[in-house]
Amino acid sequence: MYKNRLRTFDIIFILLGGLILLFIISPLLGMFLATTPVQLFETSKDPEVVNSIWLTLRVSFLATLFFAIGAIPLSYFLARTNFKLKKIINGIIDIPIVIPHSAAGIAILGFISRDSVLGKLASSVGLNFVGHPIGIALAMAFVSIPFLINAARDGFENVPERLEKTALNLGASPVRVFFTISLPLAWKNILSGLIMMFARGLSEFGAVVIVAYHPMITPVMIYERFGSFGLKYARPISVVFILVCLVFFILLRALTKEKEHRNA
Amino acid sequence: MLKLSNISIRFSEFQLKNVTLELEKNDYYVLLGKSGVGKTVLLEIIAGLIRPDSGQILLNNEDITRKKIQNRRVGIVFQDFSIFPHFTVYQNIEYPIKNKKISKAEKRKLVQEFAELTNITHLLTRKPNNLSGGEKQRVALARTLISKPDCLLLDEPLASLDVQLKGDLRNLLRRINQKGTTILHVTHDYEEAIALSNKVAVMQKGKIIQKGLTREVFKKPVNAFVARFTGVKNFFKADFSPFNTAIINDQIKISVDNHDFLSNGKIIIRGEEIILSNDKMESSASNNFKGTIKQIIPYFSNYEIIVDIGIELSVIISEHSMLKYKFKEQRQVWLSFKSSAIKIIP
Repeated sequence: MYKNRLRTFDIIFILLGGLILLFIISPLLGMFLATTPVQLFETSKDPEVVNSIWLTLRVSFLATLFFAIGAIPLSYFLARTNFKLKKIINGIIDIPIVIPHSAAGIAILGFISRDSVLGKLASSVGLNFVGHPIGIALAMAFVSIPFLINAARDGFENVPERLEKTALNLGASPVRVFFTISLPLAWKNILSGLIMMFARGLSEFGAVVIVAYHPMITPVMIYERFGSFGLKYARPISVVFILVCLVFFILLRALTKEKEHRNA
Repeated sequence: MLKLSNISIRFSEFQLKNVTLELEKNDYYVLLGKSGVGKTVLLEIIAGLIRPDSGQILLNNEDITRKKIQNRRVGIVFQDFSIFPHFTVYQNIEYPIKNKKISKAEKRKLVQEFAELTNITHLLTRKPNNLSGGEKQRVALARTLISKPDCLLLDEPLASLDVQLKGDLRNLLRRINQKGTTILHVTHDYEEAIALSNKVAVMQKGKIIQKGLTREVFKKPVNAFVARFTGVKNFFKADFSPFNTAIINDQIKISVDNHDFLSNGKIIIRGEEIILSNDKMESSASNNFKGTIKQIIPYFSNYEIIVDIGIELSVIISEHSMLKYKFKEQRQVWLSFKSSAIKIIP
């Protein structure tokens, strides 16, 4: 009787879960199937597309690296210190995830436009962030940095404080303790946060399109092709970009897995 | 060399009140107390992990109360060993000297030396995740000792080890102490105090209620708590012979069981298991001695009788027996106990 009930229960759950999986897979699969190999080949030879993909990868990668320099110490601080406003700060960090990305773009634009302090500072050295890869990087980082901070904070929280205190007791300086104990032990989470930030940056459209229509990152180019030529012309570039993203994602994941394996 | 004066700290669940303690060079000092009494907190205060609310810590006459952890020169070995999981055993031991301005060869020599002392040279290339508790303990000790601390703090170092390993580790701790390291060791186990320490302090509710030479504290507990906690008065140094006999305190020869080919150690004879009589008894007990009653101490429901048989033994008898046999001070009595009543502490 019990066994029978359990089986029905399992079947219902598998069915419901299956529907969700299908919902994720079928639009993507449909898009892949609707694109001919010739179209794919042509698109991946198109210099505009290739340049755009390289730009997207490069800008997201550099934005991730650059912002990690501040994000990792902030995560460590949040993991190790208790203070009254900590919950508020944790909340602030999540804001970019919950607000509309077009609104985030407007905010960033106001922040870097020629009238702003930062904009004036930049134009004094002959730079204009609007319509510049730096503007794109800022927009990408704004919406993706919570992924890195949250993952790194979790990573540092998982490192027993006792180990750090032991290292101090053995005569190591706080800097040495951070680089030899805390950072290596939290590295798995940090790396996963870096990958998430990078991936989220690659896929950002809403914030970037407001800050910089040109130079055109790939998500913007997909939108532009769709707007100017329709679904049929937006499809191949979408497929190529998804494939590139997937390759990077899988490669980076495999890299972390391998490192984990070696550490075990 | 290490002097704590009036250390106090208050937490929500407990507090330390005016803890004052002094260790001299080469002391093996055991701090005895039930768990949760604040022993570990005291060690963490000495090591600088926690700031006390008040009080002062002097190490070699220097006030280190507010000194940074990394500049204190006291090494602490935690109960959970705190081995760095991402390093090999070698890297763990090398950690304190890794940035020192000495040659690589010298560093390697030092690691080897401390690995030999702690008997873990065969583990140097291993990662710590599959080491046993006893092995981790040795790695932690080697790693702390290589940093040449002025004082070694041990938090329940034997708590998680089985009997055989306990004996081995006690020998190691004795050796470390004999080589000149001053040790402060906290534990809830009075046997460790007997086996290792020259001085002992007993803690209750955040206060030190008795301290002094181990022998003195165990022989003359100041109150019922210490008496119950220290548990035994009859403990002696023993030299074992292969024929199930032992010479205790270089004076009295007794029969013992199964000393596992130890050549020397400590023994405990529980006062409750010693039988006292006015005349010589015929019994199966293999240890029978004639002695003189030195002192009779009445307690709530029983009596403690100190009998001198060349060494002084404390015998616990019931009120009923006291009424029946009417023991008196200075009287000659016979005393017997089975060899199985003797507990051997390696």
